[in-house]
Amino acid sequence: MKLDLKKKKLREINNNLQNLDTKKNERDFTIINPDGSHALCAGLNQEMKVLIKGHVGYYCAGMNQKAHVTIDGNVGTGVAENMMSGIVHVKGNASQSAGATAHGGLLVIDGDASSRCGISMKGIDIVVKGSVGHMSAFMAQSGTMIVCGDAGEALGDSLYETDIFVKGSVKSLGADCIEKKMEKKHLDKISTLLKKSEIKNIKPDGFKRYGSARKLYNFNIDNVSSY
Amino acid sequence: MCGIVGIYLKTKKFEKNLGKMLSGMLNNMESRGPDSAGFAIYKNESKKVYKFSLCINDLKFNTFKKEISKKIKRSKLNQIADHVILKTYEQPNKVIEVINSNFPKVSIVGYGRSIEIFKQVGNPKDIVKKFKLDNFSGTHGIGHTRMATESAITTDGSHPYSTGEDECLVHNGSLSNHNNLRRKLTKKGTIFNSENDTEVAAGYVSNSLANNKSLKDTLTSGLKDLDGFYTFIAGTRKGFAVVRDEIACKPAVIAETKNYVAIASEFQAMAHLPDVNSAKIFEPEPGIVYSWGK
Repeated sequence: MKLDLKKKKLREINNNLQNLDTKKNERDFTIINPDGSHALCAGLNQEMKVLIKGHVGYYCAGMNQKAHVTIDGNVGTGVAENMMSGIVHVKGNASQSAGATAHGGLLVIDGDASSRCGISMKGIDIVVKGSVGHMSAFMAQSGTMIVCGDAGEALGDSLYETDIFVKGSVKSLGADCIEKKMEKKHLDKISTLLKKSEIKNIKPDGFKRYGSARKLYNFNIDNVSSY
Repeated sequence: MCGIVGIYLKTKKFEKNLGKMLSGMLNNMESRGPDSAGFAIYKNESKKVYKFSLCINDLKFNTFKKEISKKIKRSKLNQIADHVILKTYEQPNKVIEVINSNFPKVSIVGYGRSIEIFKQVGNPKDIVKKFKLDNFSGTHGIGHTRMATESAITTDGSHPYSTGEDECLVHNGSLSNHNNLRRKLTKKGTIFNSENDTEVAAGYVSNSLANNKSLKDTLTSGLKDLDGFYTFIAGTRKGFAVVRDEIACKPAVIAETKNYVAIASEFQAMAHLPDVNSAKIFEPEPGIVYSWGK
């Protein structure tokens, strides 16, 4: 079904998709003329496929559950923020805070993601074919981040248990983020996620693994005088 | 939150439509700044004639016209709402002196050989209509929609700020060291007309340009000297530049085609522009100055 944002209001389209009649078989939607609208496809909670043709604004497919949303264009701040499950695939570039605080599902970005990609991520898998900006995976708690290009400054600052894999260069690592040994299980993880993201021309080898040194987990009594 | 927009034409193709393109951008940024709005348009650069953008507030246009004609010979006036564009062969120093000492109700919004500036309190959609932006032609333009945070909703608190000939600046964000910087610049002779933080940044840019630094170098040193959150668009007679602070919390997106470069806080501001869907669209990277112009 084709949904035209020039003819229908954003709220109407979101409402229709959020309250999908599960008795009907219509599970395939194409949205045209998004023109940078905010919160498009936010709060979807059923299995369905949505293709957005064009550039969108902030919080696209936020809080997603089960749905597979593809954006044939660029996305603004906070794409798939707080996603629980499902797949969000951005064919262009993503602005800051992509996949922020998301608990599950898969976010694929074919282009670059800017600063704070995966900030406070809590279980989502993020695969970026291009590069990520500064402060990416800041306070990331769990899940996996794969960056096929480069990472900006302070990658993984104050990191918890997210696994970060970067193929290109890392400008700098954030506090408590260190390079870790790559084992077979990690290579398998990369391989699985690249496959799931339908990325064929990038091989799973050559990535470096980054994780938490776990030194910020507990308060260090030696630092008491600093406060 | 505020909305900033800018458009620079690389070719002559859209010169007649510049106003329309910019007004669409401002209209779409209403959600980011409903308190006041303004724009600067660069058009018809002249070698000898200076244009003064004046806000006459509640002074009657005919009264102003009668009085100013006595003081400044060979001047031409064009009224658009409460703004007047005064064209004259007289040098800026003299005109500024005449206006400041004879017309306390009139404020000089900006001046130069190309720039025309209009700004006022109110909803961007109304401001754009009031100043008939759709009818403007030009080579480049910059606009702003304001959500007031650190100073009051007044005409003086509206953007763009112009603190030098054919210069202007719009800002999304807030500065934290503007009071110190204002004191320093005031000592160097810069005159400020408001308590606004952005005016200080504009003064900083003007001061540096007056010392023969390029716009790009000026904004690059600004990254060290201006503390706070910002995306700036700074305009000169020749073009404009954009810079984001290194934390880059304040958004910006650029769309470039063979005919124009457009900058806005959000993509939706430029969704109506011609050929935008085939444009090269990217986010300016933090701490890097991007500039366009002759």
